[in-house]
Parts: sequence; C-alpha cells; structure tokens
Amino acid sequence: MSIVVIGAGPAGLAAARSALRAGADVTLLDSSDQLGGQFWRHLPETSRAAKQHVLHHKWSTFEALASEITQHPRCTIVTSAQVWLLEQRDQGTPRVHAHVGPVDSGGRESLTLEPDALILATGAHDRTLPFSGWTLPGVYTAGAAQAIAKSERIALGSRVVVAGAGPFLLPVAQSLALTGARVRGVYEATTLPALARGWGAKPWKLGAAVGKMPELAGYVASHVRHSIPYLTGRAVVEAHGTDRVEAVTIARVDENWAPIAGSETKIEADAVCVSHGFTPRLELAIAAGCSIGPDRFVEVDARQRTSTRGVYAVGELTGIAGADAALAEGEIAGHFAARGPRSAAVSRAARSRDRFVDFGVRLDAVHAPRRGWTHWLRDDTVVCRCEEVTRGELDSIRSQTASCGLRSLKLSTRAGLGICQGRICGRSVEELLGDNFADGVPTDRRPIVSPVRIGDLAGQALGGSQPDERSPEEPPPQ
Amino acid sequence: MSSAASGYDADRPVARGHRARNDGATGYDVAVIGAGIVGAAIARALSRDGARVVVLERSAAASGTSGQGEGNLLVSDKAPGHELDLALHANRRWVDLSEELADELGPDFPNIEFERKGGLVVATTDAGARPLEDFARSQAEAGVDAQIIDVSEALRLEPDVNPAITAAVAYPQDSQVQPVIATEALLASARRAGADVRCGIEVLGGIFAGSAPGSAATPSSPGTADRGEHRRLTGVQTTAGAVTASTVINAAGPWAGEVAQRLGAPLPVRPRRGVVLVTTRMPHRIFRKVYDGDYFGATQSNDAALQTSSVIESTASGTVLIGSSREQIGFDTRLRAEVIREIAAKSTRVFPFLRDASVMRAYGGFRPFMPDHLPVIGPDHRLEGLWHATGHEGAGIGLSVSTADLVSDIYAGRTPGLDAEAFSVARPSLAAALETEEAAA
Repeated sequence: MSIVVIGAGPAGLAAARSALRAGADVTLLDSSDQLGGQFWRHLPETSRAAKQHVLHHKWSTFEALASEITQHPRCTIVTSAQVWLLEQRDQGTPRVHAHVGPVDSGGRESLTLEPDALILATGAHDRTLPFSGWTLPGVYTAGAAQAIAKSERIALGSRVVVAGAGPFLLPVAQSLALTGARVRGVYEATTLPALARGWGAKPWKLGAAVGKMPELAGYVASHVRHSIPYLTGRAVVEAHGTDRVEAVTIARVDENWAPIAGSETKIEADAVCVSHGFTPRLELAIAAGCSIGPDRFVEVDARQRTSTRGVYAVGELTGIAGADAALAEGEIAGHFAARGPRSAAVSRAARSRDRFVDFGVRLDAVHAPRRGWTHWLRDDTVVCRCEEVTRGELDSIRSQTASCGLRSLKLSTRAGLGICQGRICGRSVEELLGDNFADGVPTDRRPIVSPVRIGDLAGQALGGSQPDERSPEEPPPQ
Repeated sequence: MSSAASGYDADRPVARGHRARNDGATGYDVAVIGAGIVGAAIARALSRDGARVVVLERSAAASGTSGQGEGNLLVSDKAPGHELDLALHANRRWVDLSEELADELGPDFPNIEFERKGGLVVATTDAGARPLEDFARSQAEAGVDAQIIDVSEALRLEPDVNPAITAAVAYPQDSQVQPVIATEALLASARRAGADVRCGIEVLGGIFAGSAPGSAATPSSPGTADRGEHRRLTGVQTTAGAVTASTVINAAGPWAGEVAQRLGAPLPVRPRRGVVLVTTRMPHRIFRKVYDGDYFGATQSNDAALQTSSVIESTASGTVLIGSSREQIGFDTRLRAEVIREIAAKSTRVFPFLRDASVMRAYGGFRPFMPDHLPVIGPDHRLEGLWHATGHEGAGIGLSVSTADLVSDIYAGRTPGLDAEAFSVARPSLAAALETEEAAA
C-alpha cells in the first residue's frame, strides 16, 4: 500500500504518521524546505534558540510527529517539491507530478508518483479584502506578518495595526508583540452583537468561548498581558502614504460590514496586518476531480474520503477549524487510507474532529466576510494586484459587456489572470461582480497547480528538447 | 434555400438601435443556438439586417471553444481551397469590423485587441524547408501574401528565434483578436440592433410544423427529404420553455452534433481537444505569430493520436501563448502531463529562450472538427428551418465573420460573396459521413 501525502502541516504530518503506523509506505511532499507547514514555522538556523516553543503552540506535538516520521524506514520525505499537476486516470488514484528543487533554479528533478491512495493536506491561504492603499509597502497579510515574526523574529513596525476578522487576528497580534512591535489595536470587523450571537458569550470572555480551541485561550491571555486594545465592528478602509504606509483610516462598520459614514478616524501606523479569514487551496482537489461543497470546501465523509476514489482531504481543505481539527483529520485519513482497522484511537480522533469541526462552522458563520465590505472601495481601488484592475474597471466592463459569464468577465477585465492566478483576489472579484452567472465557474480552478518552468517540462518530453536535436517532420500537404 | 428565408422581407428597414419586439405569439425570425463567436457574429449580422434574433446559450457567452483558444485570424496555415477563401474574406473583414465595433461600442467597451501582427512560419529541419516553401508558393498563387524570406531576414523580424531554422515564410496578413472580448463585442452590437441574448438556457429538442400530432420530437427519416416536405422546424424546446423561430441556426461549436441530434438531423461534428499554455508576463520578445511548419501536419490530419506543433505568440498583456495540441479524445477535460510536456519541448525548438519562462495556466478547449475539414454553413437540406454554422475546428474565431456574412447573404436572398455550395451540408465530401451518422442515430 503506497500513500502520497501532499502538505506537511499539522494535517499532513498526522496523516503520514497514522498511515505509517497502519503499515503503509508513505511519501510526504511539501513545497517548502522544511516540515511543519505554515502553522509550525521554523526560526532560521542562525538564530534558532531553544525557544521555538515561545512563538509556537504545540511545538512538542510537532517534534514528536516529525521525529517519528523522519526516522521511519517506510517514509520518504521530499521537501521543496512543487506539485504542478494531478493527472486523473481511467483506473486508479490520480498521478502526481512534481518538480523537486529550489523554485527559481533550473534543471529541477522531475518526480512522478502513482500512489494507491492520495491524501491532500494543502491547507489554506490568507483571504485579504482589498481597500484603498492596500498595495502600499507596509501592508501585510496577517499570515505573512506572522511568518516574518515567527521565522525572522523581526519587528514589522513600531506602530502596527492588526485588522480583519476572526480569531486568527489574536495570535498574529501576539506574535508581533513578542517581537517588540507596538500593536496599536486589533480591529475586528464583526460587530459586537454578531460576535455575541455567534459565540454565545460576551466578547471579552472570548477565552471561555474558545476553550474548544485551546491555543486561543493562550492568545487572549497574552493579549491582556500586552495591553492590546481589541475593538469590534471596525475595519481599515484605507491606508495612506506615498512610498509606504504612514497612516490608516479606520471606520465603524454595520452588521453587513458596510462602513458607517462619519465614523472614520485616521491614525498613524507604519505597518498594517490584515486578515479576513482563509481560502482553502483547492486547486489540487479540483484537479483530482473531488466534489466541492456549496461552502467551497472539499466534501468528505467520516473517513475523510473525497468523491474521487482513493483521494482523501484533511485540514483546512475541509473547513477552517484550527490545528487540532487538522491533526485529528490527518490521523483518521492516514489510518483509513492505509486500510487500518477500526480502533479506539481513531474513534477518539473522530470525536475530537467532530467537536473542532463544529467550532469551525461557528467560526465561519460569525467571522466570514459580509458583502457590505465592497462599500469601502473607491472606483480607483485596485482589486486585482497582479494585473492592477480597479473596482471601477470591473464595474464598467461588467455593465458594458452585460456578460452572463464569470470566466468571460475575468478574461475581459484580466482580473485574476496574473501570476497569483486569482489566489489573492479571486473571491473578492467574484463578490464584486455578483454571483448571478450562467457559467458559475469559480475562481478556484487552476489545472496547472503551480508555475512550472518550460525547461523543466521540456527536459521530460520525448523527442528531445535541444534546438539542434531535431526529429523528422511531417511535410505540409501539397 | 429560398424557402428557408420564406416570410422574410429583405426590404424591411434596418432596425438598428431599436429593440426588437418579441411576444410569445409571433416569436422570432431566427434563433441562434450558441453564444460563441460564430453565433455572436451571425446574431449581429442578421439583427442588423432587420431580423428579430434570439441567441440561446446553454452556459455563458464564449464559455466554450471561443474562450479556450488563442484568437487566431490566420491565412498562413490554410492550403488553397474553400477554407482559404473564407479566411481571406475574413482577413479583409476583420479590419473593418474591429473599427465598426469600436465606433459603435465606444471607448469604455474593452478593446477587442485586433492586431495585424503578421505570422512567421519556420522550418526546423532540412527536410521541412522545401515543403514549407512549396506550400507558400501555392498559397501565393491563391492570393495569400506569403513571402519566402531567408534566415537572416527571419532573425531580423524575430531576433530570438532559433538561428538553426532552415526556412522561413512571412505572412503579413495573419492577425489576432482577443476572442472573448470579440465575442462579447459582437453580442453587444447584436443587442443594440435588437437581438435578445439569453444565457443559461439549453435546447432540448425541436418544435415542428406539419408533422403528425404526438411526433413533435421525432426526427424525420434521414435522407428522405421528400417525405419531410411539409414538415419544418418552427422553434426549439428549451429548459426555459418553447422558443418559436422560423429559422433555427445551430452554432453550438463542438456540441453542434448533440444539438443536431436533438433537432432530428444528425451531423458528424466531433470535438477535437486543444491545449494552449500561458506563461507568466515577460518583456516582449516575440512580435509575430511564430510557428513551426509542423503545424500543418496537425491541422490536416485525421489521426486521433496526440499531435502537437508549436504556435507561439505574445499577447498585449505580456504573457506568451504556446500551442497547441490536437487530440480526438471526446469531451475529456482531463489535462495530461504528456501533452503539456510535448508542447513545452517543441516551443523551445523555435524559441530556445522559452526554457527559462514559466507556464502558469493552461487552456484546454474543444474544437468542432468535421471529417472533411470544412465548416458547415447554411440550411440543412434534410429539415426545413434548420441551419448550421459549425465545424470550423481551430479557425472559428477568424472565420466567424465570413460565416456570418455567408449566412446573412443566404438568409437575405442575396448572391453570396462566398461559395455557399462548398460549405453546404449537402456537399459530396460529407455525404458518406452524414450517412454513417444518420444510420447510427
């Protein structure tokens, strides 16, 4: 039984260990050069102290997982592996195509795998809603800010604003504070009544409500220790500055996240960290043919099986529910993918998963972006950063063409066609253009999963790739 | 053919800018099935002639073939013959059309990016040089501006092309358009002339007049036109109810075979898959449509096995489009690594610097493929009221305007500027395939 796990964050590591324990041969692929994913980021070698755990929750869990996997004789770990294509086959689990080696280097090694089962643990990336000035240097996604704080331990600024929605803002603020940045405040767009309804607790008792997600309780305590103001029903609606961010405008927002006129205040800031939740990295699951639910997560059954035979999905692909849910899902998927028998441990993991997934559903219901956010955009606000498409251009082209197709509008406006392939702006573009399209093509589909160097592809092809190695050609018809 | 246009008054004043009336009682003059570029061009031409037109699209505009290709308006890849006639006509017409659309739709409408950038076809083998030049000479005799140039001249036109090429032909007429915007522009223009464009509506079957009660959806016996004398198509049943129209034009591209089947007149249109790779943006280093002479092998072959040949060009936005493959694998949308690798490898034979470029996206689309390599344009002799405009394979973007001109000429009873018989369903070269198709139905 051979199993390929893609993604070495909490879900992927747990899946690999569980599959190994159940007797399978495991190949674990990750695009970065280290295990741990975005959740467990490493300090650089030079500054790696014995204090990794200070900035990392469950560091001991990581060490235990990593040590068991790396020492296991049936486990092959391939880091710096960029999967660029999943190829569906008539029979069997999709074939995995990857290139191995530093992204920018030529001549990367090609790796093709045909596993019996495939476990997708590709995680999620930050969702950041656009606002005027968000392209200025000094504006970070919260994930990037935290990554810098965790791996470089550099303070991003002396006056930092953290804004967006969701409990992830708390660990970000904490990481920043621990690196010495002065966090001026955390601005949560969700309003107080919505929070109260959603969490069933007063927001300043968030710690109690999030007891189900233990790492959060720690963040709240840390918050209090660093005296960081936490304000709800507020959003950064504009960043100001010429060469880099110098100030931000914060406005109160209504329940639908529409800014309330007259409530704007401008405050000085030299760094802004923004997160409006997470978007699952669905491209591999879509390429594998897995069903995606109406909530835009991969649909799985109790054993984490997707609709595609032999393909499992774990972690944030199935819902944003935190590291504990990811660990539980990984354990379950690895076990069943390796055809392990029912066991008490797996049953425990299933119970744990169900609890955390329920938490994730509530999280999403409370903090998911509300459509009123589009009201804080101006006509000249850039929505697609790669192709520099503004909100005004989107509106104009939509009304000019009266197109009934989302794909057509993407190709007409160029929104989402740049190097990030809509990973940053895709959902925002969809929400701005409306959802009444006849083609209903979401922006998550990317058959070429990651950019791939033509030289790396050409080196693989039959028939030779050297300009001077020519094969006979068919003459044109006479 | 005149019967197909019966009831149509060619002298009726043109109703441009005036919204067509449609009420359920009278219906439309024409229902065009498919809002790809061919359907859009036809809807525009007929609406401007004064017909009341509705476009019925199962998905969204340009959601099929038209949105999955490069936007080629080529003469260079066509051998002398009927298709080249269509291409030469289109090549002239696109120049005017792009200006007409820009004038009509105004500066706020996205640009259709029409560009007569020219083509450069190269041979990369000694064996390939002579046939390429012979081919160019035959095209020149047929009216194509085909200029055989030496390698140093080719390198002057395209400094980054592989200096090891063995022959080159420049085709100044080859042009390009952004196919999705062009489709939307044609539809917008059609709407201004009164056409209705209805998306998300699928055609389920025909509505017939003159047939026995209860047999509305039964196809007439194939090949027996006499028996169907009084039976004519008067509209279509759709997922949104009945749409009546005196003329129904099947412009469903690769899905036209399925539509024809549903309307009771089977047509041997097959999907041929083509994949195009898109690189990340880069400084412009490719100035024309540059392709390997090998392209001819792929376009002219019936072999279902994978064929690839290099067709390389840069777009206005700075990406480079690298095509293309041709596979007859049905409507299979799965992307194959082998196809991508082969396209990538061949592109580096023409432009070695592409080795360091990165592919970030791939289009995989279906082209409507006919067994005799000619599109089908005009009335179907087997079923009155049914017309076709499909089978353009990879050339439909360019040929859409010629197709619309031919359709509107026939419809209006004008003498066509193109040879209508050559593209007729009744042409001899299609007879055998039509018979097989009808037998299978």
